Amino acid sequence: MTTLAYLIPVALFLGALGLSGFLWALRSGQYEDLDGAAERILIEPDARDNEGGRSN
Amino acid sequence: MSCCAPGAEMALEVTAAASASPSSDEIRLASRALGSDIHQTDLSVPTVHCGACIQAIEAALGTVENVESARVNLSTKRVSIRWHGDSVPPFFAVLGSLGYQAHLFDPEIHEKDRTLSELIRAVAVAGFAAGNIMLLSVSVWSGAEGATRDLFHWLSALIAIPALAFAGGFYFRSAANALRHGRMNMDVPIVVGVSLAYAMSLYETINHGEHAYFDASVSLLFFLLIGRTLDHVMRERARMAVSSLSRLAARGAVVLREGSTREYVPVAELTPGMRLLIAAGERIPVDGDILGGNSDLDCSIVSGESVPKAVGAGAHVQAGTLNLTGPLTMQATAAAKDSFLAEMVRLMEAAEGGRSRYRRIADRVSALYAPVVHLAAFMTFLGWMVASGDWHRAVTIAIAVLIITCPCALGLAVPIVQVVAARRLFEAGVMVKDGSAMERLAAIDTAVFDKTGTLTLGRPKLVNASSIDPTMLAIAADIAAHSRHPFSRAITGYAGYSGQPGVESVSEHPGFGVEAITAGNTWRLGRRGWAGWKARTGGEGKLGGYGGTVLSKNGNIVACFAFEDALRQDAKATIQQLKAAGISVDILSGDTAKACGEVAKSLGTESFVPALLPSGKVEWIESLARAGHKVLMVGDGLNDTPALRAAHVSMAPATAADIGRQAADFVFLRESLLAVPLALDVSRKAGRLIRQNIAIAIVYNAFAVPIAILGHVTPLIAAIAMSASSLIVIANAMRLQATAKAAPEAAPARRRTDVIEAAHP
Repeated sequence: MTTLAYLIPVALFLGALGLSGFLWALRSGQYEDLDGAAERILIEPDARDNEGGRSN
Repeated sequence: MSCCAPGAEMALEVTAAASASPSSDEIRLASRALGSDIHQTDLSVPTVHCGACIQAIEAALGTVENVESARVNLSTKRVSIRWHGDSVPPFFAVLGSLGYQAHLFDPEIHEKDRTLSELIRAVAVAGFAAGNIMLLSVSVWSGAEGATRDLFHWLSALIAIPALAFAGGFYFRSAANALRHGRMNMDVPIVVGVSLAYAMSLYETINHGEHAYFDASVSLLFFLLIGRTLDHVMRERARMAVSSLSRLAARGAVVLREGSTREYVPVAELTPGMRLLIAAGERIPVDGDILGGNSDLDCSIVSGESVPKAVGAGAHVQAGTLNLTGPLTMQATAAAKDSFLAEMVRLMEAAEGGRSRYRRIADRVSALYAPVVHLAAFMTFLGWMVASGDWHRAVTIAIAVLIITCPCALGLAVPIVQVVAARRLFEAGVMVKDGSAMERLAAIDTAVFDKTGTLTLGRPKLVNASSIDPTMLAIAADIAAHSRHPFSRAITGYAGYSGQPGVESVSEHPGFGVEAITAGNTWRLGRRGWAGWKARTGGEGKLGGYGGTVLSKNGNIVACFAFEDALRQDAKATIQQLKAAGISVDILSGDTAKACGEVAKSLGTESFVPALLPSGKVEWIESLARAGHKVLMVGDGLNDTPALRAAHVSMAPATAADIGRQAADFVFLRESLLAVPLALDVSRKAGRLIRQNIAIAIVYNAFAVPIAILGHVTPLIAAIAMSASSLIVIANAMRLQATAKAAPEAAPARRRTDVIEAAHP
């Protein structure tokens, strides 16, 4: 039972880490253009001579 | 030209009007300054739809001078461009050369969607809490005892607090709001169930009790929030798609000041008495009188008249009409807020629509459901008090009744079906503003159509091409290519621009036609009386004189052209399908009885009312409503907007006026009118599934409630029962996707036409 003393905090910490990661991604605009993100992966980086900065 | 720009899935038939690029003054007015000389302009590009589009647009705009960066957002079909310097870079020309139509839109109305990100954050927090509490609960159910169980309960209680406070906030606010107005909605029993479950569990935890319902209260919120978020995403997606369509109202106008200086002034700052310059292709921003110049005005979106109106000095013009052929100088007689458009908005706001009286199915069910459930819980409490005298036990069991009846399945029953249905309609190019629109559409018994722009395309088509000498047609097409009059566009649209070198020095005579001089011959394409000046037929030389459209060589008529306003694709099939579905169909139009009669005849329907004013349409619909009919209004013009609002439910094509699209419940993006019976069909199917889902939820309660009343419910049973009922309801909703896919595809495209102008053969 003593293992619980650190396993539970570890479990909660990992969960909270995932949650904060998600909230960060949400805030930084990663979910603004889901359709575009799916297509952009097919675009070769060197084919785009002018890589646009994030605009949102 | 990109692979996919024209004719793309969502490509809209953009009229000549919308394709006229805004001036650089207008672009500057719509831009946001980001400091240090950098501006951001947001454009809506409805035809962007794949990775190649992103690449083509970003690469092309990136090489334009003064452009800092360009980024395409595929989900919202927008391009954000950052640029610096004094002159506005030629975005529209660059996009146009790639084959993309672009429109400006207001950054203000596209504020970031705060509710959505709040909802997603709430789902994330609730999901985190539900997952962790469920882990701890499983340990308790598998036999954790004594101090360990207490520890797990305490941990669960701690984790549940942020979930309830943050994620539950939506429900607490909504329930409080409903109760304050003396109403009952589905959120009230949810809030009561969740908070009582938490309070009882906390009490049990403090007293080292065996059963705690932390998992039930948090996972309930998690499930319900998913439903609510999907519902919000559906509506938001429709709203975005609708508002990203071209805007039709003028943004500003060139004002002639004293001493002939010109200044570009936003519409809101125009005052009566100002002299305005309206170039060909611009919309009239405010009501006014023409001071000078001749032109043709396209009034179709304002009055429903399909034939352009010739205007000259002294004529009164209404805001919203499109100046087609020649530059005009006009004097404003009203400010923007007193103009025709604003009057339509006022009429629209005055029209008390069926939607304000309509109560959603979920609200009607919960108005019955909540009192029954709360009464059952109270009776259980009384019963156990009398039977055992143990108040703790009585309260525990009564709360268990509330938890197990907490309308998880009921809360999902309606939104899940509507989200699936909206998704299905979205794929068919129909945007649904909200779920209640589908409920209302399923109930209609009368459909009312506007004519110009709805049943017809509001765009003439050349119909007698086969009887015209091909060489003459080619010459006519080359001359017509210099004009934006709808008839000219119809001729070029049919014959194409062949680019013969002979046609030169082309000049347009607004209100009459186009003149070209080739190798000593004078060709005229236009009104009969003006073009064929040697064949005197009457009405000649008079602005807007009667007679068909002809091509003449040195004053002798060599070809006549007949035009018809093309019916919208599948209009007849639509009317037939609606009639087969038991819906009576009427046509209400601002156009003449003759034009309406011909359309009605070719559609196989008798019932039409011509020459109606906007308020006349509203009165017509209101009298139908008083007679107990549920009316669907389908229309596109500014003059239809009040009627769209007054009807029980309304639909508009994507080419409709801005406020028309805003007022309508459904907006369809494709040309085919079959969107109307499709939306009706899907809505009726959705209505059936919603009733089934509600029935499932009630059957579930019929089994679960007796178990709870008898005191046999443990947290484990509650968790299983609630999840199972939710999953069944979701699975049932998914059937809509399956049945809709099996439905036959739209019938092959067929066009019928109605004659709006016929020349002598």
